[in-house]
Amino acid sequence: MAAPQGAPAASRLLMSGNEAVARAVWESGARVATAYPGTPSTEMLETLAGYPDLYCEWSVNEKVSLEVAIGASMAGSRAFCAMKHVGVNVAADALMTLTLTGTVGGLVVAIADDVGLSSSQNEQDSRFWGRFAHLPILEAADSQEAYEMALYGFELSELFQCPVLLRMTTRVCHVRAVVAAGHRVDRPATGFVKDPARWVMVPGNAARRIPLMYERERRLREFSEDSPLNVLHPGTDRRVGFVASGPAWLHVREAFPASPVLKLGLSHPLALAKARRLAEMVERLVVIEETEPLIENELKAAGIDAHGKDILPRFGELAPATIRPAVLRLIGEAVPEPATEAHPVFPRPPTMCVACPHLGVYYTLSQLRNVIIAGDIGCYTLGAGHPWNALDSTICMGASMGMALGLDKGRAASDANKKVVAVIGDSTFLHMGMQGLADITWNRGNVTVLILDNRAVGMTGGQDNPATGRDIRGNPAPRIDFAKLVEALGVRRERIRVVDPYQLPVLFKALREETKIEEPSVIITNQPCVLIGDYEKLNPYRVIDEECTGCGNCFEVGCPAIHLTRREKVVKPSGKEVELMFARIETEACTGCGLCVQPCAPEAIVHLAPVIKPVVPIRPL
Amino acid sequence: MNDDKITNILVCGIGGQGVMTAADILAEAALRQGWDVKKTEVAGMAQRGGVVTSHVRFGRKVLSPQIGPGQADILLGFEIAEALRWANYVRRGGLAVVNTSRFVPPVVTGGLFEYPADPVRQMRRLGLEVHAFDAAATALALGDLRLGNTVMLGAIAEHLPFPADVLLECVIERFRKRKPKLVEANRRAFADGRAADALSAPAPAASQPV
Repeated sequence: MAAPQGAPAASRLLMSGNEAVARAVWESGARVATAYPGTPSTEMLETLAGYPDLYCEWSVNEKVSLEVAIGASMAGSRAFCAMKHVGVNVAADALMTLTLTGTVGGLVVAIADDVGLSSSQNEQDSRFWGRFAHLPILEAADSQEAYEMALYGFELSELFQCPVLLRMTTRVCHVRAVVAAGHRVDRPATGFVKDPARWVMVPGNAARRIPLMYERERRLREFSEDSPLNVLHPGTDRRVGFVASGPAWLHVREAFPASPVLKLGLSHPLALAKARRLAEMVERLVVIEETEPLIENELKAAGIDAHGKDILPRFGELAPATIRPAVLRLIGEAVPEPATEAHPVFPRPPTMCVACPHLGVYYTLSQLRNVIIAGDIGCYTLGAGHPWNALDSTICMGASMGMALGLDKGRAASDANKKVVAVIGDSTFLHMGMQGLADITWNRGNVTVLILDNRAVGMTGGQDNPATGRDIRGNPAPRIDFAKLVEALGVRRERIRVVDPYQLPVLFKALREETKIEEPSVIITNQPCVLIGDYEKLNPYRVIDEECTGCGNCFEVGCPAIHLTRREKVVKPSGKEVELMFARIETEACTGCGLCVQPCAPEAIVHLAPVIKPVVPIRPL
Repeated sequence: MNDDKITNILVCGIGGQGVMTAADILAEAALRQGWDVKKTEVAGMAQRGGVVTSHVRFGRKVLSPQIGPGQADILLGFEIAEALRWANYVRRGGLAVVNTSRFVPPVVTGGLFEYPADPVRQMRRLGLEVHAFDAAATALALGDLRLGNTVMLGAIAEHLPFPADVLLECVIERFRKRKPKLVEANRRAFADGRAADALSAPAPAASQPV
């Protein structure tokens, strides 16, 4: 990665969309930037933290993140907030009233939609928020546009005194392209001005702000018609014309270089007159947008005949290869032969890392019978997969808490013997899990909560959170103590245990005991993510070939360093046929965590060199 | 290279192999040649052992960042089954430079799926020119498996529309900045990758520039 920080003005740099936005935010003179990590948005704040002269933070969640940005804007500073699409759901409470108060210092909210679900639980079109909250939306197509639009977003925000939504997609955030960057302009805060009629949104005040919001939207609509961000490219082939926004614009340009295109940069409010002019120029109009037919429906509502989702996929990413055949078919042209089909190859689902502390947790959970396990969002969601199959639900950040309580309170008579367990990571617990646990304790839920504290936001690349003791720039910071926190949330001290997840018998015993007792309990695992600096590698293990009996127990741990050498079918004295699986440990990958040693029946797994691992026993409070 | 010709390179492998770094270096080299460049990948959960592909496109003006099926001029495959998975993205007569070493995932180890038999032959049957060699062994012979992605860059160097030394310089500069101790090892890895590619061409002088 070429380091964009500190690059001189006007350099031709390869930047991802996220890096380009970060550069623009820094240049804009923004003084406060906030985010909660989330693919594909994470690198915006990660990059910004490398720039000087502005305050950056990882916030505990997207709602707090936006609220910090709102406060900064209210104080007269330019402020920036980034989040992934599902983050907006969390921040929406703030957003939907922020549209009434408006802003002072320019406020840009960058929203990264994970079109195609590369690492998300759903696919949402965040452009709906512009309609819902009556706010302008800028849609970037590539890094240069992301850079320019982020900069321009602050101007627009200050012009209309409202937040501006910069809509990105995975294919903008994570594409590296050439960017010409500029200088930073210093922009001191203008100062807080007391104005309760504007900032105190009690019903009377809020009701008076609603007409102002609609008036702002009307002016924005006029503004959009004349905006140089909405460009009508006349083209030469009038058989079909396109309305396109975001990366779809580039795909259309590539697939149909001679066709007229209305390129929408300020895509909401819609530049309807320009669209009408295009419609009059061409035989057919096709709207190319990701992912919902928002522009398409607005055109149709205005009486403009348009195609869109009738010929294109309703979800997932668009590309020249999807657009071209669909449109050729529409205009009655021959569709070229598609490329050969892909050769079928086994799937390669993401796996947990070698020696991941979650392996111990999921191995143990997979050995328990009669449990219902409510899961959450993070690396540990992978516990739902092979070989553990030890997670029964995942919906959204923090949901494991409330869902576990609901599974307990709503249980059927046939589930009377089942134990309800919730599994949540450290950062997810602090993001949105705490309130759920308060609900469990307050309402006397019979739930055992596992907090997997690996001291990192693992899935997004190991960012810090309020329990790691470091801030976004790696400086020492106050550290939340989970044991104290859950006790304060109402879990009885006797029902709180801190366990080393590499000590399988200890973890197993703790889980068995806590699930038996019919009151809220919390087990906190205390070993760090193997990808962060806190993790310490130990001497690797190996399998003594002659002693491996093929029991296959070690495979149930699910460590990617354990490989199959051969299978063998044997008939037991009982007449039952079993398949033996013989194992080998990849020495270069093994970090000596010792998890696989514990279930190995013949004790065939030994250290390459003898090493004594410190034992962390159950720690009473 | 004519005016509007876009060179499309698809790099594929699995999380942790250095696919994205290799693609970054290719993009950087093309940028230095004065071209417009776009490079894209979907990484997301890839660092957990998932599939990683990176699309590198360069030319006078690059629009869409994505390479479609049948469009790649070169496939740089860091793992042989992954190369087979993406083989249909290569244009007719295109080239695949592939590492034959295998990364077998738990779903195969666990017996749920089979690893494809003879992926190189399957790729040749799809009409690709395949240069296959064990890049992991080449890297290990130099003492470090992590040199594998420089070996792969060396292997592709002769097939680019710019001199191999431009790519080498980008590799070296990257290490000079971050890990100066590894500069010489990477220089050797690049050279060995180049040599391995020359040896792995199916017939004498069969490797042609794209």
